[in-house]
Amino acid sequence: MMRGYENGVKTMFFSLETPKTKEVDEQTVYDFLSLGGGPAGLNGALYAKRKGLKTAVVTYDLGGQLKNTTSIDNYLGFESIDALELIDRFVNHLKSLEVPLFTGLRITGFEKKDDLFHVTLEDGRVLKTKTALIAFGGSPRKLSVPGEDTFSGKGVSYCATCDGPFFKGKNVVIAGGGNSAVEAAIDLSKVAKNVTIIHRSQFRADQTTLNQLYKLSNVHVLLETQILELQGNKTLTGLKIRDKKSGKESLFPTDGLFVEIGSVANTQLFAAWVKLNERGEIIVDDHQQTSLEGLYAAGDVTEQVHRQVIISAAEGAKAALYANNWMNQKGI
Amino acid sequence: MPNLLPQEVTEKIKEILREMVNPITLVFFTDGKSPTVKETEQLLRETAQLSSKINVLVRDVNKDVEEAKKYAIQRVPSFVILDQNLAYKGVKFNGIPAGHEINSYLSALLEMSGASSPLEGDLAKRIQAIKKPIDIKVFVTLSCPHCPGAVQTAHRLAMENGNIKAEMIEAQSFPELSRKYHVSSVPKIVINDQFELLGNQPIEAFLSEIEKA
Repeated sequence: MMRGYENGVKTMFFSLETPKTKEVDEQTVYDFLSLGGGPAGLNGALYAKRKGLKTAVVTYDLGGQLKNTTSIDNYLGFESIDALELIDRFVNHLKSLEVPLFTGLRITGFEKKDDLFHVTLEDGRVLKTKTALIAFGGSPRKLSVPGEDTFSGKGVSYCATCDGPFFKGKNVVIAGGGNSAVEAAIDLSKVAKNVTIIHRSQFRADQTTLNQLYKLSNVHVLLETQILELQGNKTLTGLKIRDKKSGKESLFPTDGLFVEIGSVANTQLFAAWVKLNERGEIIVDDHQQTSLEGLYAAGDVTEQVHRQVIISAAEGAKAALYANNWMNQKGI
Repeated sequence: MPNLLPQEVTEKIKEILREMVNPITLVFFTDGKSPTVKETEQLLRETAQLSSKINVLVRDVNKDVEEAKKYAIQRVPSFVILDQNLAYKGVKFNGIPAGHEINSYLSALLEMSGASSPLEGDLAKRIQAIKKPIDIKVFVTLSCPHCPGAVQTAHRLAMENGNIKAEMIEAQSFPELSRKYHVSSVPKIVINDQFELLGNQPIEAFLSEIEKA
C-alpha cells in the first residue's frame, strides 16, 4: 500500500526517521568504516562491531534504496514488511550494539594515504580508517532515450511513491519488468485510471508479485516492446514505441512515465582507486574485496546481477568478516 | 478531534525534542475553513505539548493582516518558526508537515533552537557571500521519502543568511500553485521563480543555482 496516498485526516500518517545528526568522531582511527547506510553498509557495521572492531556507519540517509520501496516480501523471516519498518529494525539492531551512526553527511572525497583510508565529508571534516566498505548503492537507471531529460519532472518520474499523487485519475506507463516495476504498477493502479507496463523483453519479476498484478483490471502489459522516444509539449503526452516482433512503430499516449529499470552503481568517488567493470560497477573477489587491499564493496555498487536486500545485507556481512581476517593476518 | 500523533510517535518525538537548546515560537495562520488548517493547528499544538521550549501563536489570516504581511503569508495553512528573540529567519511551511515531512518539521524546530552543528569552510563562506534576496520554494508530497532532506537544506540556508527565505509547499494542498510551477515530481526546488532543481540535492547544488540568480 502506498503510504499517505490520500491526503486527509483518515489516512494521516507519520514516518518518523532517526534525526540526521551530522555528528562525527574525527579523533578515532577506525578499523572498519561502512560508507553508506543501506542494507550492505548497515550489516557490515553490525558484523564488524560484533567482531570487536572499532566501526561506524557514515551516510546521508539510513536505509539506502529501501527508502524507495513500499514493502519487502522476500526478506527471510518477514512475509511482508513495510520497507521503513525494516529500516527501523536494522537501525535499532545497530543501536542496541552502540554502533555509531553518522547521518546527514555526504561523502565528497576518498583517498588512501599512509596505510589509512581518508573519507572527506561535504563540510571538510575527515574520517580515517584501516579498512572500509563501499556500500554506496545505486541511483535510478535512466532509459536514455530522446526526450527523457526534457520531460524529467514534467511527466517522467523515477519515484512512484513520491510522485504517484500527481497522477490521480490519469493514464500512466511503467517502464521495466522487474519486481520494482511490477510493484510500482500495483501501487499506481490504486490512483491512476490506467496503468500500462511496457518492457523490452519478458518479465523478470517474481511469479508471486506477477500474480498480484494480473488480478488488477486497470493494468495492461506490453512485453517485447521498446520505448524509442518521449514526446510532448510542455509536459509529456506520449511515447513512441516499437513492437519488437512485428517491428511496427506507434505512438502510445500517456500522462506519465515511471522509469523502474534498475539502478546505476554510485562509483564515481572511487573510480580512481578500484577496478570497475564496463558498466562502471566495482569488481570484487569472493571476499568482497576490491582491487585495493583492505577496501571492500558490497551490494548494488558492485558487479551484482541480483539486486536484493538480503543479498546486499549478506555481502556486507562477508565484507566485515573478511576485513577482520585481513587485519588479523596483517597484525594491524 | 482525537490525537493525530500516535502514542509511539509521540514518545519518539519527545525524545528527539530533548535536543532543543533555546525556546522557539511557531506563528500559525489559519482561515478556520480551508482544507487541513484544523489538522495542522492540532499537529503544532500536539508537538508543543512535547517540549517546554515550543510556543504556538495562532493567527487569523483575514484579521491579523499586519502580521500575515510581515511574514508574507500567501496561503493557509501556513506557519513560520521564530527564534528565541522572536526574529523571523525565513523558515516557513505551507500545508501540513505530516507523513515523511514530519522529519523536516522536527529538524527545523531543532535547528532554529540552536541544536545544529555550525557550517564550516567554503560552504559557509559561499552562503555568507549571498547579498541578493533569494526565495526558495520546495514542493513536496507527504509520501516522498527524499523530500524532507531538500526542505531541511533550504531552511538551513535561510537560517544562515538573512537574505534567503525558504518555504516548504505541500503540493497536494495547493494544486493551483503546483500546476503553475508544473510540479509532477518531488522534491522540486524553485529559486526566485526562475531556477529549478529536482531531487534531494546537496547544499552545493543549491548554492550553484543561487549564485546564478
